Amino acid sequence: MPKRNLRKRIWQARELYLLSLLPFIWLIIFKYVPMAGLQIAFRDYSFKAGIWGSEWVGLENFKNFISDRQFTRLLINTLRVSIYSTTIGSLIPVILALTINIMKPGFFKKAVQMVLYVPHFISVVILVGMLMQLINPIIGLYGTIAQALTGTRPGDILSIPSAFPHIYIWSGIWQNAGWSSIIYVAALANSDQQLHEAAQIDGATRLQRVWHIDIPTILPTFIILMIMDVGSIMDVGFEKVFLLQNSANLSYSQVLSTYVYEKSFGSGLPDFSFSTAAGLFNSVINVILITIVNKISKKVSDTSLW
Amino acid sequence: MKQKANKVRWSSNDQIFYTVVTVFLTLIALIVLYPIIYVVSCSFSSPDSIMSGKVILWPVDFTLDGYNAVLGYKKVWIGFRNSMFYTVVGTLINMFMTIICAYPVSRKDMPGRNILMMMYSFTMIFGAGMIPNYLLVRDLKMLNTVWAILIPGAIGVYNMIIMRTYFMSSIPGELLEASKMDGCGDTKFLVSVVLPLSKPILAVVSMYYIVAHWNAYFKAFMYLSDENLYPLQIFLKEILVASKLEAAMLDDVLVTSSASTSGLQYIVKYALIVVACLPMMIIFPFVQKHFVKGVMIGAVKG
Repeated sequence: MPKRNLRKRIWQARELYLLSLLPFIWLIIFKYVPMAGLQIAFRDYSFKAGIWGSEWVGLENFKNFISDRQFTRLLINTLRVSIYSTTIGSLIPVILALTINIMKPGFFKKAVQMVLYVPHFISVVILVGMLMQLINPIIGLYGTIAQALTGTRPGDILSIPSAFPHIYIWSGIWQNAGWSSIIYVAALANSDQQLHEAAQIDGATRLQRVWHIDIPTILPTFIILMIMDVGSIMDVGFEKVFLLQNSANLSYSQVLSTYVYEKSFGSGLPDFSFSTAAGLFNSVINVILITIVNKISKKVSDTSLW
Repeated sequence: MKQKANKVRWSSNDQIFYTVVTVFLTLIALIVLYPIIYVVSCSFSSPDSIMSGKVILWPVDFTLDGYNAVLGYKKVWIGFRNSMFYTVVGTLINMFMTIICAYPVSRKDMPGRNILMMMYSFTMIFGAGMIPNYLLVRDLKMLNTVWAILIPGAIGVYNMIIMRTYFMSSIPGELLEASKMDGCGDTKFLVSVVLPLSKPILAVVSMYYIVAHWNAYFKAFMYLSDENLYPLQIFLKEILVASKLEAAMLDDVLVTSSASTSGLQYIVKYALIVVACLPMMIIFPFVQKHFVKGVMIGAVKG
């Protein structure tokens, strides 16, 4: 009986299947076919033979990647930028949300929130363009301030390798911290107001209420976002790093994704198999990390992605 | 009334705390706002006054030279035209695909919808990456065509999921029952009942797509090599980041301007930043409310 029932239910849903057909074809072609294309990480890809015809080489591309003399540096650069931005980048929105929540409702609060959201709508290219103008030693804000303080025009800080992570991360904070705080502001606004009232009657100060009510309220959201961040710890967005990169700061700014690009499009002799292996190495570590962190979080705090 | 009661109970400690918080947030807001004001002011100032550090808040030595050069530059217009095209057509394709993708998986009576959802969600954790995607677009003969911009990103899986969440939580089941009795098919139900009831989420998602299209850079950078197809962001990258400012761009302005070529180059960049941001900044006040709503719907899903 269940089987006949199922057949009937499928027949009744025929129009729904018809609707999902086009998206499903899209999903297969544009998401899963490229995954099949990942096999070139285990082949020696040649333009002539194509994805399915090139020769199998097993793990050779991965071995080459791990023994690449750039490998350690890439790993360190990637992790440096990513851990730095995950920690700072997830704490600052929390602080913003907690303080926004404390402010009394009104025009001023709305205005502050609006201002904090604006930079999110600026494109990466313009952000980098703005940044390069502002830190320009001759025409930018940085040069002007430095001259006022020291009397001389400073050098170009974008060519100082060790300055790269700070420029990358703090410009990202400027652009996205306000936006990322929305989710916490929403969680706080929906929290139980009775708790606050009860605490006030008991004489708790506002700071104590932040500590004992507000922070526990947003903790589950924070954990979920943290899990997702850890799951992309090896993904340092290609676009912004690539745009900020120059030959002088490469020793800090060459990360995995930009290296993949350089190996396949930046040189006269593209090595698609090597790049794909490097990219795959990256994604697999991400998936492993997100699974582990999700498991730990499920055990420790009952909060998990799946 | 309640507010008043609270006020009485505030200790002086709390009063200090509120003040500190307000001052702190005001400072943060000023820090966020200042670079934007500085860029706008510089775009209206003469190069000499910027270089000598006179521009602090407002434009000094007001000039429109930068804007004249930007608006007289053909590539900026090509870029604007193309970006408009990608934004409008791309968003229409996105919305069509996202709706017909999200609605069926929102229906609890469709067998197999969980498997389908898992297949979509999985792509959020694991993707094939740069090279396999490039090879696919190449093999589909889409390189250097508008399709490379419009089709591979036809569905944003995150957007699809929040739309599905909305359909599931906001469309009453009784409506479906009633229309089924009337012999109304699923497609007709979607078009004539579900969509009119879902205007808020349609607004949110289409705005996500519009902003993403306008600001997109990566796909065009990877897949296009014909200048006539470039969106604005690619030209911006050439001019702002790679500093490839063609001298011809400045010729017309130089005739009437007192500034030197190199000085003019600087303010042209400032002006270009302002011009390129303008469309987003004009719609920002209208759309930010929708965006905030979108974040909250997404958060419900977790």
